[in-house]
Amino acid sequence: MKRSIERHLNILDFALSSLKRRRAKNFSLLAIYLLVIFLPASLLFFVSALKREAAIILSDAPDLVVQRLIAGRQDLVPKIYAEVIAGISGVSEVRPRLWGYYFDSWNGANYTIMTSDDRSLKQGKASVGSGVARSRKMKVGSMFPLRAEAKAPLILEVESIFSSRSDLMASDMIVITPEDFQQLFNFPAGQVTDLAVTAGNARELPTIAAKIVSLYPDSRPILKSEMQRTYQAIFDWRSGMVMLILAATMLSFIIFAWDKATGLSAEERREIGILKSIGWETSDVLLLKFWEGAVISLTAFLVGVILAYFHVFFFSAPLFAQALKGWSVLYPRFQLVPVLDAYQLVVLFLFTVVPYTTAIIVPCWRAATTDPDTAMRS
Amino acid sequence: MIELVGVTKTFNSGRPHQFTALNSVTLVVRPEEITVFKGPSGSGKTSLLTMIGCMARPTSGRIFLKGVAAALPFQEEGVEAVEITSLPERFLTAIRRSTFGFIFQQFNLINGISVLENVMLPAYTTGEGVAHVKARALSLLEQFSIGRHAAQRVELLSGGELQRVAIARALINNPAIIIADEPTAHLDSKLSEEFMAIVAQLKSEGRSVLIASHDPLVFDSPLIDSLVEMRDGEVVSSRSFR
Repeated sequence: MKRSIERHLNILDFALSSLKRRRAKNFSLLAIYLLVIFLPASLLFFVSALKREAAIILSDAPDLVVQRLIAGRQDLVPKIYAEVIAGISGVSEVRPRLWGYYFDSWNGANYTIMTSDDRSLKQGKASVGSGVARSRKMKVGSMFPLRAEAKAPLILEVESIFSSRSDLMASDMIVITPEDFQQLFNFPAGQVTDLAVTAGNARELPTIAAKIVSLYPDSRPILKSEMQRTYQAIFDWRSGMVMLILAATMLSFIIFAWDKATGLSAEERREIGILKSIGWETSDVLLLKFWEGAVISLTAFLVGVILAYFHVFFFSAPLFAQALKGWSVLYPRFQLVPVLDAYQLVVLFLFTVVPYTTAIIVPCWRAATTDPDTAMRS
Repeated sequence: MIELVGVTKTFNSGRPHQFTALNSVTLVVRPEEITVFKGPSGSGKTSLLTMIGCMARPTSGRIFLKGVAAALPFQEEGVEAVEITSLPERFLTAIRRSTFGFIFQQFNLINGISVLENVMLPAYTTGEGVAHVKARALSLLEQFSIGRHAAQRVELLSGGELQRVAIARALINNPAIIIADEPTAHLDSKLSEEFMAIVAQLKSEGRSVLIASHDPLVFDSPLIDSLVEMRDGEVVSSRSFR
């Protein structure tokens, strides 16, 4: 047992020494390999963390949102709907909501304008997302104008700025009073944007939704589970786009690695011959080459994954942010909570480390099974 | 003792460029002697040494190792002779590693690593502790007066130094038989004489030394015990000086 361990250690020691003497070749290979691991690992970390973040935020969303459609387009909901829907058995609360979008021609950004039921927010005051504050260079107490439908601008004072913890959802948000909202958009009285419905029992939600449709055929009830599914799909779609680009990178790496690994140089062939002639078995040579490949690929994998972790969870993934986070020009700035998906990491490991190590072993096996007397004649 | 019975080696058998390197060679090589195989290029010297050294198998014939403690797991106690030609590759490697030390014409050292590592290489796969192997390697390098080069890369050494490194490497597993193929081909006369002095020293330690050479400094040396003359894959004459 001890001899077997010593044998492995000795061969590993020689493998490291072999890697060191082909420093330039191995470092360039390691650098490319590292990049190939770093990019998909960053993507995996990022999308997993983002989905988790979205799921947490959506868990606070209403059980059911009721919209109204006219000719397939969303229209305003008469407030009377809320009173009728509140009467359906199983419904515990119906909250009419006012919200909309505001295009800021000054910086080309779209803000989400919402109203607050919180009576502590006074008319002329606003709570803003950090993205809005950043783009308008505002802090608490700053005054800012919004162009209102009535031509006279609506002047608002920043009362608070949302913490970066809620940045994913609130980065582009401005929360104002219903009165200011109506003044800003000249919003018709007695109408709301949609209704947030809460049910006592989540299992009754499909039945409640069916009853709402039956009462108001022009209504569209959206369940929370459907919203969660939509968000997941959006992030999956975005990550799929990036993954497609990465797949091309990965493919070129595999071709590169295959080319590098399968073509043994004359020097390497000679060395294998020498090792065999001085008493190394074929299995010893293969073990040596396995360790050489494993050292490169495991180093690339571990360093690549660690760098990806720092890239995503400490630096908020600057490489992917534009493609994955934003739905407006105000990209959220926030620190993602680390999420590690072991399954995805194992898949990444299997798709990168295993093919490379195999690509190294096969040609060496061919060279190592030839008669060692070729070394004698070289 | 090494005994060869009707050993034939044919390359590219059955093809238009078939070539017989050894033709029914029958020979006895006595232990603890210096045996030189003399002959022009293509006479079959190197092929013969590769067969004896378990690097290749003969096409036909048999080779026996007698009185040599070959590292074979199945070897029964008291059985003196091992017939090596029919052994599987694994056992041939085990014998090659434990019984033979090789000194190649081109030295066949590995560039880019140190002199010490080159010497230690054959022992890496035996599973012996690296500290022991290192101590033995350093002692061998000191014995051949190249201890000061232990940490140097081999490509920085002169021809004579390279050969001494190759000899140290051949001895690292303490083999009973040393095989040297044209060992003086790249050495001047002074270095060749130094090499022969080392060979005499190896013999005095109780090792058998088999040398293939067409250098008069080797085959005319008063140090050798037997001379086997070869031509066209056959033994032309075999003389013993003891």
